[in-house]
Amino acid sequence: MLGKTAGGIFWMFRYLERSENTARLVDAGFRIALTRSEAAEKEWESVIATAGVRDLYLRRHEAYQGATVVDFLLRDRSNPSSVLSIISAARDNARLVRTALTREVWEAVNECWMTLSEALSRPVRERDLPECLATIRQQSALVRGALHGTMLRNDIYDFARIGTFLERADNTARILDVKYYVLLPSLSLVGSSLDNVQWETILRSVSAHQAYRWVTKGDTNPRGIAHFLILDRRLPRSLAFCYAKICNNLGYLETDYGLRLPAHTMADACYQSIGNRSIDDIFDEGLHEFITAFIAENQALGAQIERDFRFYE
Amino acid sequence: MASGGRDHFDEMCGRGEGVRVPYRRYQHWLDSEDPTRLKRKAGEAERFFRRLGITFNVYGDEEATERLIPFDVVPRIISAREWARLSRGIEQRVRAINAFLHDIYHRQEILRAGRIPVELIAQNDTFLPQMIGLAPPGHVYTHIVGIDLVRTGENEFYVLEDNARTPSGVSYMLENRETMLNMFPELFATVPVQPVSTYPRDLRRSLAACAPSDRAATGTPTIAVLTPGIHNSAYYEHAFLADQMGAELVEGHDLRVVDGHVAMRTTRGYQPIDVIYRRVDDDFLDPLNFNPQSVLGVPGIFDVYRAGNITIANAPGTGIADDKAIYSYMPEIVEFYTGEKALLKNVPTWRCSEKDALSYVLDHLDELVVKEVHGSGGYGMLVGPAASRREIASFRKKLMARPGNYIAQPTLSLSTVPILTRAGLAPRHVDLRPFVLVSPNGISITPGGLTRVALKKGSLVVNSSQGGGTKDTWVLDE
Repeated sequence: MLGKTAGGIFWMFRYLERSENTARLVDAGFRIALTRSEAAEKEWESVIATAGVRDLYLRRHEAYQGATVVDFLLRDRSNPSSVLSIISAARDNARLVRTALTREVWEAVNECWMTLSEALSRPVRERDLPECLATIRQQSALVRGALHGTMLRNDIYDFARIGTFLERADNTARILDVKYYVLLPSLSLVGSSLDNVQWETILRSVSAHQAYRWVTKGDTNPRGIAHFLILDRRLPRSLAFCYAKICNNLGYLETDYGLRLPAHTMADACYQSIGNRSIDDIFDEGLHEFITAFIAENQALGAQIERDFRFYE
Repeated sequence: MASGGRDHFDEMCGRGEGVRVPYRRYQHWLDSEDPTRLKRKAGEAERFFRRLGITFNVYGDEEATERLIPFDVVPRIISAREWARLSRGIEQRVRAINAFLHDIYHRQEILRAGRIPVELIAQNDTFLPQMIGLAPPGHVYTHIVGIDLVRTGENEFYVLEDNARTPSGVSYMLENRETMLNMFPELFATVPVQPVSTYPRDLRRSLAACAPSDRAATGTPTIAVLTPGIHNSAYYEHAFLADQMGAELVEGHDLRVVDGHVAMRTTRGYQPIDVIYRRVDDDFLDPLNFNPQSVLGVPGIFDVYRAGNITIANAPGTGIADDKAIYSYMPEIVEFYTGEKALLKNVPTWRCSEKDALSYVLDHLDELVVKEVHGSGGYGMLVGPAASRREIASFRKKLMARPGNYIAQPTLSLSTVPILTRAGLAPRHVDLRPFVLVSPNGISITPGGLTRVALKKGSLVVNSSQGGGTKDTWVLDE
C-alpha cells in the first residue's frame, strides 16, 4: 500500500477517536458544571487543558465559561481540534484513501460528516447538549462498526487500529496528566465529596465509571482508579490495553512485511515499562513524572511510525 | 432559446406521432406508476448520491464547495439497432484518430498529401514536439476516448466533439445505472437493458494490454491512476475508477523515478509501476520536460516514457486530435486513414481563421454557435439565438480581435428526452458521450454512456458547470 494511504488511514482513525474523546470530556465537564456550579470554571479550565488547546483558547477568550468552552471544543473552526474541524479532517483523509476503504466504511464516515456538520451548524443550546454529544459518540461508533464488520484484516486495518489506540492512549494519559493531583494521597481528604466528584469525572471522561463499579464493587479510591486507567488490561481505554493492541498490530505488520522496524521495538519497550510496574511502583516514582514520560514516548512512537512506513516523502 | 413547439425531435415521442418503439415498455411501466412515488424516488436519488459522496468541487467557491450534478430518473433509451449503427461510426472515428496521431508524430503523410494545412499543426499549442518519433507502448495514443454526440432526428446523429485527452464522466454512467437499479429494480426485469458494469474490468484489461512489452507479458502489470488530488473537481471519479479497477490512486508526490522506472512510495519502499492512467494535463505531467512550475506531475517521467518503461494513458500530445480546429477536418481525416467515408457526420463548421468563413460568421452571429478553439465546459461560447444584442456586439469584438481562436457552427435542433419536473414529464435537450477503450486487442465501446441534459426549459447547454444534469442511458438488448 502507498505510504500516503497508510498515513491517511492512521490519521483518519486518530481524528475519529479524538472527536469521540472530546465529546466525553465535554460530557464530564458539563456534569460537574451542572451539579457544582462553584467548581465549574475550574473544571472547564481543566477540560480545555486536557484537550491540549489552552493557549489557543486563551488567545481568543478570557474566562472559562461553559457555553464558550463548549462552543470552542465542538464548533470553532479556528480550533483545529474542535469536533467540527476534526470530523472534516477525518473525512478529507477518508477521501484521500477512498480506494483503501470499503464502501460501508466510506459511507459511514461521509454520513458522520454530514450528520455532525448539520448538528453543529448552529451553537448547541444547553438543553440539546447531551443529545448532541451522544450523536458525536454514536457517529464515531458507526464508523468503527463498519470497519470491524467489513474491512479485510490486512495492513490497512493495522494502520487504522494503530491510529485509534495511539490517540486513545494519548487521551487517557492527558486526562491523568491534568487531574493527577486529585489522585495523590497528600492532597486527598479521604472521603470528601469534592474528591468523589473529581474521581467520578475522571472515570466518566474515559467512559469507565460503570466498569469501575463492576470491577471494584463500589470501593472508590484514587490508587484503584489510577491502577484501572493505567494498568488494567480489561479496560479498553487503559494505557496497558492500548499498548497491547498497538504491539499486536505492529506485530501483524512485522509478520506481513517480514521486517521488524524500530517502531515495533519502541512500542514493546513502552508496553513493558507499563506492564512491569505495579501501581505502587508508579506512585513511589511519582505519578506525574510517569505520565509526562509516557506522553512523550507515545508521541515519539507516532513520529517513528510515520518514518518507518513512509507516510511522507 | 429556440426550441418551442415541435421543431425538434423527441426521443420518446418523435415529432408527436406517439411513443417510439424503444420507449414502449418503459411507457407501459410508467402508466402503472404512481406519480407521487416517482417524485419521492427522485428525492431519494439525491440522498443516495450525497451519501456516496458523488460530488464535484466548484472552483473559487469557499463555502459549500461540494455540489451534486442533478440526476433525472427518466432514462434515455437507445435501441439495439440504433446503437449498432452508432458503434460502427464511433469505432471508425476512434481508429482514425489513433492513426492520425501516429502519423502526425511520425511521417506526417496527411500534411504531405495536403489534406490539412501545415500551420494548423505547426502553430497549435496542443501539438507536443517532444512526441515526434516516439512510439507509445502498443502504439495506442488514446486509450480512453469520449465521443460527444447529438441527435437531431430519427436517423441523424452528429459528432459535436472528440474528447481524446482525459474524458470524464464515466463514473456517472456507472453510478447512474447503480442508482436506477436500486430505485427501480422491477424496471430491469421487464426492459432488457445491456449492462455497463463491465467497464472498470474492461478498462483494467485494456490498460494492462498496453503495458510496456516486458510487463504486459507477465499478465499483471501494476496500474495507477494519477490524480491532481482531493480538491480537483473530478476527484470522485479518479478515486472511483482506481477503486473499481483495483489500481492504486496516486498523486505526483507519491511517485518518483527510480532506476529508470516510475515508482510509487509504499509502506515498504518504492515499487515500480507499469501503467499510469493520468488525469492531469500534459503540461503538468513532468516539470523537467514541460511546465517547470507543476507540482502535480513527476520529474523525469517523460524520460522514462521515452525509454519505453512506462505507459501513459492517454499518451501525451493527444490534445491535437480534439482541438476544435482539427475537428473541422475530421471527415477528411477519417477518409484519409480508413479509406472510407465517415459514418458519423460532423457538424458543419466555419473556421473563423479563414476570411470568407469569418465574414459569413460575422453576418450570421444571431443564428450560430461560436466556440473557442481550445475551450471546454461550455465557457467562452456564444449561442447566437439565445444571446442578447449586447452580448452579440461584445462577442463580435472578441471574434474580430482573434478570429483564429474561434469556430462557428449552426445552432442544431438537438433532440429532447423527457425529465421529471414538478409538473410531470417535460422535454429537455440532451447530448450523449459514449466511452471507448482502445488497446492492441481492439476497440471496445460500452453500451451506454453519459447522457447530459439541459435542465432549463429550452436551453441547449448541457454542461454540469452551466446547470446541466445527467440521466441513465439504456441501450436495449434485442
